[in-house]
Amino acid sequence: MFAYLVRRVIGAVILLFIVTAVTFSIFFLVPKLGGATADDLASRYVGKSAGVEQIHNTAVKLGFTDPLYKQYGRFVKGLVVGADYDYGAGIERCPAPCFGYSFLTQQPVWPDLVSRIPVTASLAGGAAFIWLITGVGTGVISALRRGSVLDRSLMSVALAGVSLPIFFTGLLSLSIFSYGLGWTQQGGVNPLDETNPFWWAYDLLLPWVTLAFLYAAAYARLTRAGMLETLNEDYVRTARAKGLTERTVVIKHGLRSALTPILTIFGLDLGLLMGGAILTETTFSLPGIGQYAIIALRANDLPKVLGVTLVAAFFIVLANLVVDLLYAVVDPRVRIS
Amino acid sequence: MTEPQDTTPPQAGVQRINRGEAFLDVRDLKVHFPTDDGVVKSVDGLSFKLERGKTLGIVGESGSGKSVTSLSIMGLHPPGVARISGEIFLDGQDLVTSSREEVRLLRGKRMAMIFQDPLSAMHPFYTVGKQIIEAYRVHNQVSKQVARKHAIEMLDRVGIPQPDRRVDAYPHQFSGGMRQRAMIAMALSCDPDLLIADEPTTALDVTVQAQILDLIRDLQREFNSAVVIITHDLGVVAELADDIQVMYAGRAVEYSTAEDIFDRPQHPYTWGLLGSMPRIDRERSERLIPIKGTPPSLINVPDGCAFNPRCNYAHLNGGASETDRPELLDTGDGHMVACHLSPKERQKAWETDIKPKL
Repeated sequence: MFAYLVRRVIGAVILLFIVTAVTFSIFFLVPKLGGATADDLASRYVGKSAGVEQIHNTAVKLGFTDPLYKQYGRFVKGLVVGADYDYGAGIERCPAPCFGYSFLTQQPVWPDLVSRIPVTASLAGGAAFIWLITGVGTGVISALRRGSVLDRSLMSVALAGVSLPIFFTGLLSLSIFSYGLGWTQQGGVNPLDETNPFWWAYDLLLPWVTLAFLYAAAYARLTRAGMLETLNEDYVRTARAKGLTERTVVIKHGLRSALTPILTIFGLDLGLLMGGAILTETTFSLPGIGQYAIIALRANDLPKVLGVTLVAAFFIVLANLVVDLLYAVVDPRVRIS
Repeated sequence: MTEPQDTTPPQAGVQRINRGEAFLDVRDLKVHFPTDDGVVKSVDGLSFKLERGKTLGIVGESGSGKSVTSLSIMGLHPPGVARISGEIFLDGQDLVTSSREEVRLLRGKRMAMIFQDPLSAMHPFYTVGKQIIEAYRVHNQVSKQVARKHAIEMLDRVGIPQPDRRVDAYPHQFSGGMRQRAMIAMALSCDPDLLIADEPTTALDVTVQAQILDLIRDLQREFNSAVVIITHDLGVVAELADDIQVMYAGRAVEYSTAEDIFDRPQHPYTWGLLGSMPRIDRERSERLIPIKGTPPSLINVPDGCAFNPRCNYAHLNGGASETDRPELLDTGDGHMVACHLSPKERQKAWETDIKPKL
């Protein structure tokens, strides 16, 4: 078990390095293929009035003239031990883990990310809680009332939920509850601390519900399908034959098995969202990782993009590991070795 | 409970007869499943009786209605799926008219069931002990510790070695035979009066089958319960059953003591079953005689005797087999058979065609 864990962690670290290498290469190679020179790249980091020589100096200082492996090596070194950046007016110390230094905003990336992770975590966590409860609940009810009007209505709503994009449902809910009724603010978030947990939750309610609606719909369909399958299993018949109440049969014997695959997907979904709920954060102006990613991409700010990519990849890899470990806990037939 | 006599306690005499004579008394049971293609008549008029301490074997091919019958007794057909009519008296209580909750309280406590494949019939996520404890605690208000002790005792009783350790094992960690033993321990945990075993040895190694059958017989003697063994394997009922009922297309075609069924079978279908069974006391060089054709569709059961398209003797009856459904009639000394053949012809066919080849 311990050896397995060590092996998985080492594998995860290697994977993360590959992710950075690929991301790095893409952002290094794509402008080159477009015909941009190192000086062209550097020109975006200096003022408009800068001369050719100044631009070239900046390109050299930023390392744009170095070959790919050197630049990547520098990036990795910065991750592990930190780095010093010379932005012209002085030397900026970027302590480890240094995800890079944005010369556009003159800020190291890591503190930015750290300040944005709680926002994304609040959004993802709250929404996950809502969609898990409502999605699984709806799926169970639908499965038990299979073919009824209730089942069909719930599944129609679920279909709508899967089909409607966030920027539609999000904007719709904003226009109704925020602009129309004025119940909630028009975006942004309060930090969670002991003084205002209510307002924290209140302001996040709309994004939570919007995001959860999308996922709850998918989970309802998954749960329904899973329940219909497990309720036909022989062991559920055995449970009934023992004289257990229908409630125990459905929850303890049926749902227990149906939840196992849902747990897997839940872990991966949550991991994916932790890397930024781009649409939701953009729609509701939440300063999270996803919004950061959009800003970085628009500005072609490589250090930020790398930072976001790495954080997202980290959460996905972590989620995968947790799911695999949990699977062994949930299903005794799975033994990790 | 809709009938007035159901609200008064059972008394001797007329009342008792109304409410079923034997411990288990099934009368004219019909289980029909409406489907898009038509009504599937899985069981279509079945009656039998069973006393405590006795074993009834129900024999027939796949789709003859054996398992559907047992699930009806247990009340395990999902509501709204099956149309069940007739009467099933368990110790005087009609299970067909009882509410679902009343039947649930009987399940596991007064009647229990052993299923065919113990691997799929036990929940893969719970330990064997937990599943037995659960079965015991539904019907007995005891602490978990007491129930656990009981579970270990039960595992010991069905011959599982080191029961105090094995109680915490998961079903997949058991061998097939051990799993079926655990399943039996679970079924017997509340001392049921009626035990239904649905193909209890079909999924098991041949080497283990006899052990499981022995176990069922020993436990039956110990608990004095009524046992219904459902199987397509005549070898199994030969081992265990006092009486045998042969089923075909949802109806009983022959019913008698096990001895009679093996020594003096009356129905051509029973002859077919016996002919297709390997016997250890016969020449090995002789071929088995399979029954020609396939079991009938239960949506379009053949008119007359359901077996007539596959029967070698139907032509002797002057067309009666194709038009009239034969009733299950007593041929004397309790041997019942549903066949148009005259006793004389039957005797002749048995003596000349069948018996020498078995």
